[in-house]
Amino acid sequence: MTTTRFRRLLAGFALGLCPLAGAQTTTLLNVSYDPTRELYQEVNAAFAREWKQKTGQSLTIQQSHGGSGKQARAVIDGLEADVVTLALAYDVDALHKVGGLIPAGWQQRLPHNSAPYTSTIVFLVRKGNPKGIRDWADLGKPGVQVITPNPKTSGGARWNYLAAWGWALRQPGGSEAKARELVTRIFRNVPVLDSGARGSTNTFVQRGIGDVLLAWENEALLAVRELGPDQFEIVLPPLTILAEPSVALVDQVVDAKGTRAVAQAYLEFLYTPAGQAIAARHYFRPRQAAVAAKFAAQFPKTATFTIDEVFGGWTKAQAAHFGDGGTFDQIYAAGR
Amino acid sequence: MSAIVAARRAQPLTRAALSASEDSRPVRLALTAAALGFLGLFLFLPLVAVFTEALSKGGEAWVAAVSEPEARAALWLTLKVAALSVPLVTVFGVAAAWLIARFDFRGRRLLLALIDLPFAVSPVIAGLVFVLLFGRQGLFGPALAEHGVKVIFAVPGIVLATLFVTLPFVARELIPLLEAEGRDEEEAARTLGASGFQMFWRVTLPNIRFGLLYGVILANARAMGEFGAVSVVSGHIRGLTNTLPLHVEILYNEYRFQAAFAVASLLAFLAIGTLVAKALLERRIGGSR
Amino acid sequence: MRPLLRRESVLPGFSLSLGVTSAFLGLLVLLPLAALAVKAASLGPAAFWATVTDARALAAYRLSFGASLAAAALNGLFGLLVAWVLVRYPFPGKRLVDALVDLPFALPTAVAGITLTTLYGPNGWIGRHLEPLGLKVAFTELGITVALTFIGLPFVVRTLQPVIEEMGTDAEEAAASLGAGRVQALWRVVLPTLLPAWLTGVTLALSRALGEYGSVVFIAGNMPMQTEIAPLLIMTRLEQYDYAGATAIALVMLFASLLLLLAIGTLQAWSVRRSLGEAAS
Repeated sequence: MTTTRFRRLLAGFALGLCPLAGAQTTTLLNVSYDPTRELYQEVNAAFAREWKQKTGQSLTIQQSHGGSGKQARAVIDGLEADVVTLALAYDVDALHKVGGLIPAGWQQRLPHNSAPYTSTIVFLVRKGNPKGIRDWADLGKPGVQVITPNPKTSGGARWNYLAAWGWALRQPGGSEAKARELVTRIFRNVPVLDSGARGSTNTFVQRGIGDVLLAWENEALLAVRELGPDQFEIVLPPLTILAEPSVALVDQVVDAKGTRAVAQAYLEFLYTPAGQAIAARHYFRPRQAAVAAKFAAQFPKTATFTIDEVFGGWTKAQAAHFGDGGTFDQIYAAGR
Repeated sequence: MSAIVAARRAQPLTRAALSASEDSRPVRLALTAAALGFLGLFLFLPLVAVFTEALSKGGEAWVAAVSEPEARAALWLTLKVAALSVPLVTVFGVAAAWLIARFDFRGRRLLLALIDLPFAVSPVIAGLVFVLLFGRQGLFGPALAEHGVKVIFAVPGIVLATLFVTLPFVARELIPLLEAEGRDEEEAARTLGASGFQMFWRVTLPNIRFGLLYGVILANARAMGEFGAVSVVSGHIRGLTNTLPLHVEILYNEYRFQAAFAVASLLAFLAIGTLVAKALLERRIGGSR
Repeated sequence: MRPLLRRESVLPGFSLSLGVTSAFLGLLVLLPLAALAVKAASLGPAAFWATVTDARALAAYRLSFGASLAAAALNGLFGLLVAWVLVRYPFPGKRLVDALVDLPFALPTAVAGITLTTLYGPNGWIGRHLEPLGLKVAFTELGITVALTFIGLPFVVRTLQPVIEEMGTDAEEAAASLGAGRVQALWRVVLPTLLPAWLTGVTLALSRALGEYGSVVFIAGNMPMQTEIAPLLIMTRLEQYDYAGATAIALVMLFASLLLLLAIGTLQAWSVRRSLGEAAS
C-alpha cells in the first residue's frame, strides 16, 4: 500500500508541474548573480518590447539570482537556464568543464570576452576617509580594518583578492613574494569574512564594522545611493582590476527548448546602445565608447589590468590562489 | 491542559502532600523569572527586533511588502509545500512511534538513530543529496530527463527537501510520550476484544493527542521556515520557486531591510496562527472528555 | 517477519508500522544518504583521508562539536526550567510565551542569523552593552553558541512539555503521602520520569546544532581555523565544484552524529529500564 501511496504522490507532483509546461508565450530563464537583479529587470522589459515589435512573439523572461557559484551549480545540476549572466568567467567555464553544457570556446562567441559590461574593484570608506586610504598598499597598514567576503565562497571576493595581488605585481620591483606579503597583511586586517558580497556590505554599512570595504564599483555606487549618500565615499585606486562578468547561452538547454534564436538575440541586445545604457544606469561600465562618454561623470578613468593579462586566465588563478593549499589557504595556515 | 491540572488540584490534599507536590511561592517566582529571563534574551528580543524592523516604516509599508505579487507567490508556494509534506510526516511519525515504543525487535535502536538522523544532517547537505539523486548528473537524473519529469528546481524537489528536514518531528514527539504511557491500557483494550483500529482511536490517540499536536505544529513551523535545504533545490526563479524564507533573503540582499523583516514577521505570524489553532483544538478535545 | 520480534505482543500493527516506517526511512533518508556515500567514495581512500583530516577541517570539527555541546547544555538546563514553568506555574501572558517558544523553527535560519547579529553585534542592542565589559559575542565562538542555542531552543521544551503534562501531580502527591519531602519527590519521582524525554530533547538540540549553517554564517565571522564551522567548509568545497570533497566532510559529520545519537539512545534505554525497574520494585 505504501507503493501506491508513493505513486499517487508522484502523480500529484507531476500535476503540480503543469503550469510550467502549458505556457503559450516563449519563456526564457536568465540565471544570474545577486547584484544584477535590478539591471535585468529593466533589460528584460526593454528586450521583450523590442522582440514583440520585431517578431510579434510575446516573451516572458524569468530571473533567478543568488551567489554566482551556487547559480552555476544549479544550472549544471539541471536548472534549465537559457542564458547565464554570472560574476566571473570561472563559473561559466564550469558549465563547460563540469557540466558539459556549453562548448569550450564559449568566451569567443560574443564580443569583448563575452562580457558586455564591466566593473572594477573600488574602496568604500567612511565619510571624510579618516584613515586616508588611497591605494592598495594602505589596506595592509596596521590599524586599518578591511571588510571583504571569503574568496572561497564568494566570486566577488576573488576579484578583490586578485586585484590586490595584481597591483603588487605591477609595482616597481613587484614580485610574487611581495604580492603574497601584501595580501597576507591585508587579510590580517580582516575581522570578519562574510560568505557573500552583499553580506560584507551589510557588515560594513549596517554593523559599522571596518574602515574600508572592498567592493565592485557598481555595488559601491548602489550601496552609497541606497544606504547613505552622506556617510560613505568611494575611493577609486589608481590601478585596479577590470572585472568582467561573463554571459553565455546554454547550448544544451536552448537546443532542447528551441529557444536559441531568441536567447542569442537577448545576449546581443546587451551590446546595443539601448542595452549598454541600461547597464550604465545600473552602475556597470559600458563597453561602447559612445555610451561610456555619456556616463563619463559617473565612471572616472583609472588604469586597469585583466585576469588574463596578469594571471593567465581564471583556471590558473583559481588553482594557484583559491584551490586546496592555494595561496589563500597558505595565508591562513601560516597565521596560526 | 490547564483544565486537567485544575481538576487534579481540586482533589483534597493533606498538608504534607501539598508541600511535596507544589513549590513555595518564592521558588515559583524565582524559577519563573529565570525561565522568562532566558527566553527574553534568546527569544523575545530577537522577535521584538524583527517586528521593530518590520514596522520601521509604518503599517502601510508592511502591508505593501507582504502583498506584492512575488511575496504572494512565495506565500502560496510555502503553504502548498507545508500542506503536502506535513500530512506525510504525520503518517510516518505515528507509525514510527508505535513501532519503536510498542515493540521490542532487532535493530530497534538503529532505527531510532536513523529517525533522528535528518536533524543531524546539515540543511545544505539535505538539499545536496536530492541533487545527487535527481539532478542532471545525479543517479536518476538521466532517467527523469528522458520522461520529462522535473524534480529538482521545481515543487517536488522542494517538498522532498522539506520532508527530509521535518521527518523526525512527529515521531520524536510521540516516542517518549508512548513510552511514558506504557502499554497496559492498550493491552487491556485488546483483551476486551477491541479491534486494532478501535484500540488506536479510543485508547492510544486520546493519550497522545497533545504530543501529536505539538509534533504536527513543530513540523509545520519548520516546513514553512526551512531555508538551507530548500535554497539548494529551489533554483530561485522569481515568482515561481521562491518560498517565503528565500524571498526574505532576496529582499535582504536587495537592501530592502524593512520589507525583508516584514515578510519574516509574516512567517512568525503563521507560526503563531498554528499555535492559536492548537489552543482552540485543545479546548475542544479537552471539553469532550 | 516473526523472528524479528524479540518478544510476542498482543498489540497489533507491527508489520504495518514497520512497513510504513521503513518505506519512509528508505526513500527519504537511506537512499539519499547512500547517494552521499557513493559520491564521497568516488574520491578514493587517500584523497578522502586527506580531505577529512586537513588541519582546517579538524579545527572546524572541534569548533562545531564544542559550540554545539555548549548550546545543547545551555538548552538542556534552561529548556527543563522553561518547560516546567510553562506547565506548572500560572503567570500572566503564559499562553503567549508558550506560543512563542516555537519561533526558532518558524523563523528562517537566515533571518535568525541576521537578527542575532543585529542584537549581539558591536553596535547592537545587547552587544553595545557587552563590548565595554570586554565581552565580544558576534564573530566569536560565543556568537556561534548563541545562534545554536537559539535554533535548538524549542527541542528540549517541546519534548518535555507533554510528558510533564501527562505526568500530572499524582505521583508527587503519592510520594508526599508516603512522607517524601519536595526535593526528594522531585529527585526520586519527577526527574527519573522526565529523564528519557529530556535526553531526547538534548540530543535533538545537539544534532540540529551540529548541522546548522544558515544562522551561523552571519554571526560566526567565518575566519579559517578560528570561527569556521564544518558546514561552512562543505559550502567552500561546493563553491569549487568539489562535490566529492564536500560529501566527504558531510559524511564524517554524519557518522559522528550517528555515533552520538546511538550512544545517547543507549543511555536513554538504560534510564528507561532503570526507572521501570524502580517502579516495579
